[in-house]
Amino acid sequence: MSTSTGREIILKVEGLSANYGQITALRSISFEVAKGEVAVVLGANGAGKTTTLRAVCNMPVVSSTGKVTLGGEDVSKKDTADIVGRGVAHVPQGRGTFPELSVMDNLEVGAYVRKGSFSEDIDKYFEMFPRLAERRDQLAGSLSGGEQQMLAVARALMSRPEVLLLDEPSLGLAPLIIQDLFKTFGELNKTEGVTMLIVEQNANLALGIADHGYVLEAGEIVLQGRAEDLQNDSSIQDAYLGA
Amino acid sequence: MQLFLQRLFDGLTLGAIYAVVAVALVLIFKATTLINFAQGELAMFGAFIAYVLAVEQGLPILIAIALAMVISSVMGAVIERVLVRPFDPTDHLPVVLITLGVFLILNAVAGEIWNYQPRAFPSLFPKGPDDYVSIGGARLFYDGLGTWAMLALMMGALYVILNWTKTGLAFRAVSSNTESARLVGIRTGRTLMFGWALACAFGTLGASLVAPRLFLQPNMMATLLIFSFAAAALGGLDSLPGAVLGGIGIGLIQSLLVGYLGDWGPLEFLRNLSLAVAFVVILIVLSFKPSGLFGTSRVERV
Ligand SMILES: Nc1ncnc2c1ncn2[C@@H]1O[C@H](COP(=O)(O)OP(=O)(O)O)[C@@H](O)[C@H]1O
Ligand SMILES: [Mg+2]
Repeated sequence: MSTSTGREIILKVEGLSANYGQITALRSISFEVAKGEVAVVLGANGAGKTTTLRAVCNMPVVSSTGKVTLGGEDVSKKDTADIVGRGVAHVPQGRGTFPELSVMDNLEVGAYVRKGSFSEDIDKYFEMFPRLAERRDQLAGSLSGGEQQMLAVARALMSRPEVLLLDEPSLGLAPLIIQDLFKTFGELNKTEGVTMLIVEQNANLALGIADHGYVLEAGEIVLQGRAEDLQNDSSIQDAYLGA
Repeated sequence: MQLFLQRLFDGLTLGAIYAVVAVALVLIFKATTLINFAQGELAMFGAFIAYVLAVEQGLPILIAIALAMVISSVMGAVIERVLVRPFDPTDHLPVVLITLGVFLILNAVAGEIWNYQPRAFPSLFPKGPDDYVSIGGARLFYDGLGTWAMLALMMGALYVILNWTKTGLAFRAVSSNTESARLVGIRTGRTLMFGWALACAFGTLGASLVAPRLFLQPNMMATLLIFSFAAAALGGLDSLPGAVLGGIGIGLIQSLLVGYLGDWGPLEFLRNLSLAVAFVVILIVLSFKPSGLFGTSRVERV
């Protein structure tokens, strides 16, 4: 395991527990995401992946305890809007676009926390996702699943985040589209240096672009390590990689 | 022809007033998926404030109404902040009870301060017997024209606020997907407060437009609110253009449909039942299009 010096930790989570009323969904998990890297959290349905991202953003649906540090600042007590304002962009499960807003408005609202002009960012993402450019005046609700996911990612990037959280981006998409999407994520990370925390069931694809991985089981982290080590680990091969 | 035009003008004017109040209802519905039962009383209260400023303080009526709109938008914002926000927005019952409570309180307070004597409310537009233009023998009163103009002005202002400002974009985002709105950094509570403020300002305008016809008194909004709610439902509850067309539709039903049906002896009694006729038409529309003429189909609770 490399905890080589010189890695700048953007997001650090320590002893994070979360519950929905009586239901405990996370039991004191800890992990970190370093600048410019991709971290993935793998887990089966119900393991607590979505809850992990919700708790990081302190979303009102879940109550959490523990420490979340963002760029050195403790944000555990901040509300969601504050945390987003400090550089976290979260693409929720199911993509979370604004169906009654046009593609263009979805992108603009993505830049809500920014000041000043953002038209060059819009141009950039229209170039990266030409299908969105063609549909700029269409309502987001009329897009296909793959297009919605592109829109959700582009919208999240409009805020120029320090870290991008992606909740099961592969969910409900055709295999070829998923491959393309993860290729795009890999390129965004390599060429633009976007830091990402991805939670996924599709371990193969996710580990393929990741630097670091965590395995979540019933609300606890049971395994962690460098992505290539996890890819070669026989126990995960059996449990998650569906080899 | 003359009778038809006369009824058309009357229907359009009535409809424009319904539309103004329906837009206020839709603004809050879009933000919260809730019917604000206090909307009518908030509007009545706003009209009383305009009355105090114009009649007791002697301000020009236009300025009095504008000031009353500002004051009632502050009232709306305070109500949202103090009475609505503490409750879980996904649990509708407490907020519905609160809007009913505000309804009762405002009605009682207005009765206490201003009693239930109907008062003449100054009109924004010349309203003498000769203040009309004659079109095909029918009289189009300046008051009607002015009401249409106010509706157009209000819709123009709303369009600009919602589409050209950052707060407007935030309001549309919260209406579309509250959770995602939070995740792009929007403070959803403040945005809803803005929706309440806007709705109360427009409600006050609607009440001030109708007050010269109905006389001003604490119960004046009861029927108007029902017609306006019908208008909003016809338009789809979450569509602003739908509310306007719904309002005009109800106005025309009342004036043309009920007018002509009532000309026929055996159906004359319908003249007193125009509300019922309007509801029959709405039921027919909603049975074919459950989400209203312009509503998004996801809105099917209520
Ligand atoms: N809104 C909620 N209310 C109550 N329980 C929830 C809610 N969301 C998730 N849970 C529960 O929390 C646990 C973790 O769920 P989740 O984080 O959604 O898992 P994953 O994203 O890994 O599939 C599950 O037992 C799930 O049933
Ligand atoms: Mg999930």
